[in-house]
Amino acid sequence: MAEAHPVGFQWVVEAMNRGATVIHVDPRFTRTSALADEYVPLRAGTDIAFLGGIINYVLTHELDFREYVLAYTNAASIISEDFQDTDDLEGLFSGFNRETRTYDETSWQYAGREDHAEPAQETKQERQTAQPLQHESHGISLQDEPPRDDTLQHPNCVYQILKRHYARYTPEMVAETCGVPVEQFLEVCRAWTENSGRDRTTALVYSVGWTQHSVGVQYIRAGAILQLLLGNMGRPGGGILALRGHASIQGSTDIPTLFNLLPGYLVMPNPADHGSFREWIEDMGGGAGAKGFWANAEAYGVNLLKAYWGEKATADNDFCFDYLPRITGDHGTYRSVLDMIDGKVKGYFLLGQNPAVGSAHGKAQRLGMANLDWLVVRDLFEIESASFWKNSPEVETGEIVPEECATEVFLLPAAGHAEKEGTFTQTQRMLQWREKALEPPGDCRSELWFFYHLGRMVRERLAGSTDARDRPVLDLAWDYPVDGPHEEPSAEAVLREINGYEVATGRPLASFTEMRTDGSTLGGCWIYTGVFADGVNQAARRKPGSEQGPVALEWGWVWPANRRILYNRASADPEGRPWSERKAYVWWDEEQGRWTGHDVPDFEVAKSPSYRAPAGASGVEALSGDDAFIMMGDGKGALFVPQGLLDGPLPTHYEPVESLFRNPLYAQQANPTRLEYRREENRMNPGGADAHTDVFPFVFTTSRLTEHHTAGGMSRYLQYLSELQPEMFVEVSPALAEERGLEHLGWCHVVTARAAIEGRVMVTERLRPLRVEGRTVHQAWLPYHWGSGGMVTGDSANDLLGIVLDPNVLIQESKVGTCDVRSGRRPRGQALLDLVAEYRRRAGLVGATYPPVLTTGKGTEQ
Amino acid sequence: MAKTFLNWPVLRQLTGSDVLGRGAAAKSARSEELTARTSTADRVARSVCPYCAVGCGQRIYVKDEQIVQIEGDPDSPISRGRLCPKGSASKNLLTSPMRQTTVRYRRPYGTEWEELDLDTAMEMIADRVVSTRRETWQDEDEDGHRVRRTMGIASLGGATLDNEENYLIKKLFTALGAIQIENQARI
Repeated sequence: MAEAHPVGFQWVVEAMNRGATVIHVDPRFTRTSALADEYVPLRAGTDIAFLGGIINYVLTHELDFREYVLAYTNAASIISEDFQDTDDLEGLFSGFNRETRTYDETSWQYAGREDHAEPAQETKQERQTAQPLQHESHGISLQDEPPRDDTLQHPNCVYQILKRHYARYTPEMVAETCGVPVEQFLEVCRAWTENSGRDRTTALVYSVGWTQHSVGVQYIRAGAILQLLLGNMGRPGGGILALRGHASIQGSTDIPTLFNLLPGYLVMPNPADHGSFREWIEDMGGGAGAKGFWANAEAYGVNLLKAYWGEKATADNDFCFDYLPRITGDHGTYRSVLDMIDGKVKGYFLLGQNPAVGSAHGKAQRLGMANLDWLVVRDLFEIESASFWKNSPEVETGEIVPEECATEVFLLPAAGHAEKEGTFTQTQRMLQWREKALEPPGDCRSELWFFYHLGRMVRERLAGSTDARDRPVLDLAWDYPVDGPHEEPSAEAVLREINGYEVATGRPLASFTEMRTDGSTLGGCWIYTGVFADGVNQAARRKPGSEQGPVALEWGWVWPANRRILYNRASADPEGRPWSERKAYVWWDEEQGRWTGHDVPDFEVAKSPSYRAPAGASGVEALSGDDAFIMMGDGKGALFVPQGLLDGPLPTHYEPVESLFRNPLYAQQANPTRLEYRREENRMNPGGADAHTDVFPFVFTTSRLTEHHTAGGMSRYLQYLSELQPEMFVEVSPALAEERGLEHLGWCHVVTARAAIEGRVMVTERLRPLRVEGRTVHQAWLPYHWGSGGMVTGDSANDLLGIVLDPNVLIQESKVGTCDVRSGRRPRGQALLDLVAEYRRRAGLVGATYPPVLTTGKGTEQ
Repeated sequence: MAKTFLNWPVLRQLTGSDVLGRGAAAKSARSEELTARTSTADRVARSVCPYCAVGCGQRIYVKDEQIVQIEGDPDSPISRGRLCPKGSASKNLLTSPMRQTTVRYRRPYGTEWEELDLDTAMEMIADRVVSTRRETWQDEDEDGHRVRRTMGIASLGGATLDNEENYLIKKLFTALGAIQIENQARI
């Protein structure tokens, strides 16, 4: 955090000054480790074993915050008696199909609710469409209360299942797996549990490297289980805080430029599940009798369609639902890149992203771009993704020959953040409006300008078309006011549409509860409704922090409804009283008959804690006065997840795909449901269950430096930052340097089955060899900022990576791999290709055979 | 001469009231004449740092239609006026000598960039979007499902852009039937 989000870290320092203990768990020693009370290095890719060990510690010693757990989590809910755990099935859960490598979720459901499971044949489709990203925000869908045992003694209640599942994650097992000594591990357990409960809360902060694993979603889930057990969710000083790496990466998820989502986490329809408008709404939780806030999905869907197609969208034509294109599988960025190599994708836009350096498997990225008809790059600088045809590593090896590369490239200069107005959504969901300081220079233009005018020009070309396929383009509501010398569209007008308004009067909506299903209102992103409440740009509010309390509700605007902490109903006990004076945040005011406090209550403001949903209630009415987790169908924080995760209802330790070790916990080696692209250019190094792991004998991980930003497109082209961090390097321990004859500040190169890259050697004691399963394991660390462009150049660490994805969200495993490290510079030209080919041959990565994904005989055949 | 000697900043610091050397002791005739660029700017825009997702407040000072300084915004309850090395360098992001301010064009099989004016580039891109969409259009997929889309056009990037921009990007591409729209959140 101190390294990549330094200004955010000032609050950690502030907390330390008030007595907080800071523990930093990371394979790499960073500026955070330097300031932390305790630095815990662990083997990359073993976080679930580590967190599972803490969960086991909590449950073994009964240190959970019992009153919170009983009231606000699904600990007491009883799971189907058909459920079988990984202990019985060598690392698989019940319902596993060996042929499709997917789960039938029937046995994971609440007892008596087995028919709520997604049909088995659909889970493969779900993996292909990253549907769990939908479930992430939609939660479990339920129509009645599941059976409970409030004594937590029923053998199939969630609490007991959890206890059995994590029983084997003992401190000794953690030490064996993660390389963390027992005593140090127990210290972390003690610190975390002692600082949680009625009077105290502990925050779990992660950076998004956590998501970059073949089990990334389950990493976060493991954190969620622990924080729920300890009562740290929805409370001040608690929570799970994701430190995201781009100024508006939260915004580009909420208003997604993602293939499987529409604004506000509505889903892109697919023909199998969403043949009709009604099916689309019901699948998002808007079916008759559904519980919780997603029961209003119809309003959200209608308002989006109405925002898209304006007066053409009417109740009679299902608001042009038919105009939405359909997804039918994996259309993620990695699939698209492989399709470029195969010649299926013809045109490509790059909008402030530099995949030639920033995405996994740089060579695949560049070979894909070299096989397009046309490429439009919009950026501030001539990034590597624009110049791949003349100075990429493949030009050096002869794999890309400029005279033979047909890709037509347009490099269009973009406006910078000061040269346009609009909102960013930062990592805690806060929208902040930026004023425009000045006009952009020369031909530089905003994306707002580019896409508005591109749309206008395409519509002009299609005008008069009678082809049905052109109706969605021609009927599009695309009439934004423009202004200034370049006819810049009004960002405020777009924000107004995102917020939503009454069609007849233009009055901006104050809340998504005002959205109607009859077409009388429209709104482009329901969770952002309120950002323009009262016709005021709430994101532009700048009442100084010094003139407000710590929650600072009048600075910017946070979705939803300007709420700063989600699920903050849980900061009060079931009766609505603060858990303690010290941790008071929102509470029930009996006299006024409403929720009040320091934040906007994340609850219906007049719903009493004693309210009990009447039998048969649906929608928001079905949430009782103590159902704090209001977006979940059962109102409970999910310790156990019956629906929506493709790789299991509970986090389970699997080894990284490229690993030096056998999974010490189960016969199943790595995530059995992971998504792999088995192609010659995407060979993975052997995993612990395969032969020849000795060919790539070291573990490596990659991350950031304070002075650079991701793929370097916003930092390597700047003078000051280039001077501060001028060169690519590989950090190793003295022991590894000794073993491989590496000299501090000399050169070395790192080899995997995809590439060999070079960098300066940095020998420090910050990287420590770990003892794992009785062996010493060396870990190397590399920054991933460099490429062939900019003021300072160097090889790209992401070239080392293959492409293997988490099944839930299709994010790549890029924070752990295996490699060899050799002294000296890498070979050039053909000799470089020969070196990598030789490594592949030695590792047995030749021919049409690939190592098995399943390393246990359990599961069923179809 | 004695006067010059007595005027040494270190001596003034040791003998005067400014023992920390951060006030009068450190001043000189030259520093007296200096003015901060922030005080002579024509205007200031309230902005937000473009790098990570912490969302630090910035004040952007403009004089003669040039950015003269970017400072942390002390009013921000998020950042309290602080900026990290990247945020502090963000003026350089906009004023770097490597910044592209004109369109560059690489024709198929070309070995060098060429100049192209923006209007022509926009016309060419619009033509390509229309023709690629037409050539790669699918009313149905291989299984006979109605899909109304093109698999010939992809887009990547959005996390460095504004919400309003992402909104228009998704809206336009969805209407065009282009579904392979992705950004940094996937990696």
